[in-house]
Amino acid sequence: MNEAGSLPAAAQSRPRASIRVDLRTIGEMIEPGSRVLDIGCGDGALLDWLSHEKNVDGRGIELSQTGVNACVAQGLSVIQGDADTDLKDYPTGAFDYAILSQTLQATWDPKAVLGQLVRIGKRAIVSFPNFGVWHVRLKLLFGGRMPVTDSLDQSWYETPNIHLCTIDDFVDLCRTLSIDIEYAVVLDSAGRPKSLRAPGRLANWLGEQGLFVLKRAG
Amino acid sequence: MTATPRIAAVDMTAPNFPGKRFEIPASAPLKLDSGVAFGPVTVAYQTYGAPNAEKSNAILVCHALTGDQFVAEPHPVTGKPGWWEAIVGPGKLLDTDRYWIVCANVLGGCMGSTGPKSANPATGLPYGLSFPVITIGDMVQAQVRLLDHLGIDQLFCAIGGSMGGMQVLDLVSTYPERVFAAVPVATSYRHSAQNIAFHEVGRQAIMADPDWRGGDYLAAGTSPHRGLAVARMAAHVTYLSEQALHRKFGRRLQDRKSLSYGFDADFQVESYLRHQGSTFVDRFDANSYLYITRAMDYFDLQAEHGGSLPAAFEGTRTRFCVVSFTSDWLFPTAESRMLVHALNAAAANVSFVEIVSDKGHDAFLLDEPEFHATLRGFVDGCAERRGLRGR
Repeated sequence: MNEAGSLPAAAQSRPRASIRVDLRTIGEMIEPGSRVLDIGCGDGALLDWLSHEKNVDGRGIELSQTGVNACVAQGLSVIQGDADTDLKDYPTGAFDYAILSQTLQATWDPKAVLGQLVRIGKRAIVSFPNFGVWHVRLKLLFGGRMPVTDSLDQSWYETPNIHLCTIDDFVDLCRTLSIDIEYAVVLDSAGRPKSLRAPGRLANWLGEQGLFVLKRAG
Repeated sequence: MTATPRIAAVDMTAPNFPGKRFEIPASAPLKLDSGVAFGPVTVAYQTYGAPNAEKSNAILVCHALTGDQFVAEPHPVTGKPGWWEAIVGPGKLLDTDRYWIVCANVLGGCMGSTGPKSANPATGLPYGLSFPVITIGDMVQAQVRLLDHLGIDQLFCAIGGSMGGMQVLDLVSTYPERVFAAVPVATSYRHSAQNIAFHEVGRQAIMADPDWRGGDYLAAGTSPHRGLAVARMAAHVTYLSEQALHRKFGRRLQDRKSLSYGFDADFQVESYLRHQGSTFVDRFDANSYLYITRAMDYFDLQAEHGGSLPAAFEGTRTRFCVVSFTSDWLFPTAESRMLVHALNAAAANVSFVEIVSDKGHDAFLLDEPEFHATLRGFVDGCAERRGLRGR
């Protein structure tokens, strides 16, 4: 039987359209041939890239049914679901990587979601906008208004981001949950890695986004 | 009822009835879930397209309760187009220039496969109620024997709506290595209490018809067409939605300007249902209807696996695409979601789409562009991974 996950050589060589820099940064971290769950996969750009560039056996969860239907119409394995409620179904260690990109801050219970991510994935890759970046601090300090930036581009009354945090906050939560940080990097507003030691005091001041590779301790 | 009773002029069990046949010999009978060893059994089937050299391009289409094997050609009894001609054919979604489409009339059916209407070889008379009670699993077993006969080790895809979807799920659960991709549409892992209740209404309507004669109507030369028509009318309402009925008929009157103050079909919706009932009896056998609805009622993949639905799919390598429709109240989205959760728990490769439609359960048979677009994406993606190319 042909393995359901593997692509024949001819299919792999199909040229792909380029993807957003932040997604590509995540994609580059993934070992070829691994099993990946992308939570909040949107239009499936990362999954599509991974399946063709890294021969990954990829699955997605997406909140919007329109997004799901578009993904499935492209041949991607995606279900309608939500990070808060649907991760508990998956068996422990079902995936090599569980990816949550720019979504943690929009979940109801980020702590529980983070726990689920490192349970179902041997590794979890999590990225989020850093509320501690210097210009956000300045906007709040001097403007006295909720900051609207490239990474946080909606007003307070319409944003889905209900649990914003700083990089330092996130590191604290990982410590509380006994989650090991294997690798961390801060990104600029386009999603390009910055050459900064992360986590670290400077990272929390200068990073637009934090990108973490996590693992359950022990 | 005003509809003229008609008895089907075509004998679907006759050897000259159009289509292909395969015999399961009495020497290697089916082992039915009831414990009965049953044979010989005829499986009537149709194919469209052609196998590739490895026979890796076969798609098994599983038909619904009142469907049959005539998927993509005019029906030999009714003359109507094939029930899934919208998606099966040259250049279509299930492209017969590329795939080899196989569809068999289910065990217990009345379109050429052995069913209660067939002659019992021991007596020469129709089985009637001496036909064994069958299950979805028994239907699948008969289809797998057909796959063996056709030399298909692994189906590229198994697809079916409603009862067809139940067969797809049973097939991947019982024979996991034989299906590369599975598409259960508008279906469930078990028949709900509400659905069993509706089936019981239909069965009681048939059995209450004096012409049913305890199931021996063929020998008696009668036909319980009134009971069967009522069963069909009740069932047909469950295939639609309140919105669809309202859009199609509203409270419009049929061929009259005012109410008749009687029990004629005053309303268009009544006339439509009567028509549905009366045309159905031309092509369907009343006892088959009893047996097949029973098979659906008995279906419960979760109970069969000790109460754990994920256990039904443990270790599966099949790629799944589960599809439901928003207005389907017979097999609502919530049941598809339960199935998807179980597939996730089995770490299966699964896609799940809910299609917005006001057409009710029947939407899977109708022109639903978004359903077809997602199905095309899934099938093409699977073909790419299976290494199937256009011919």
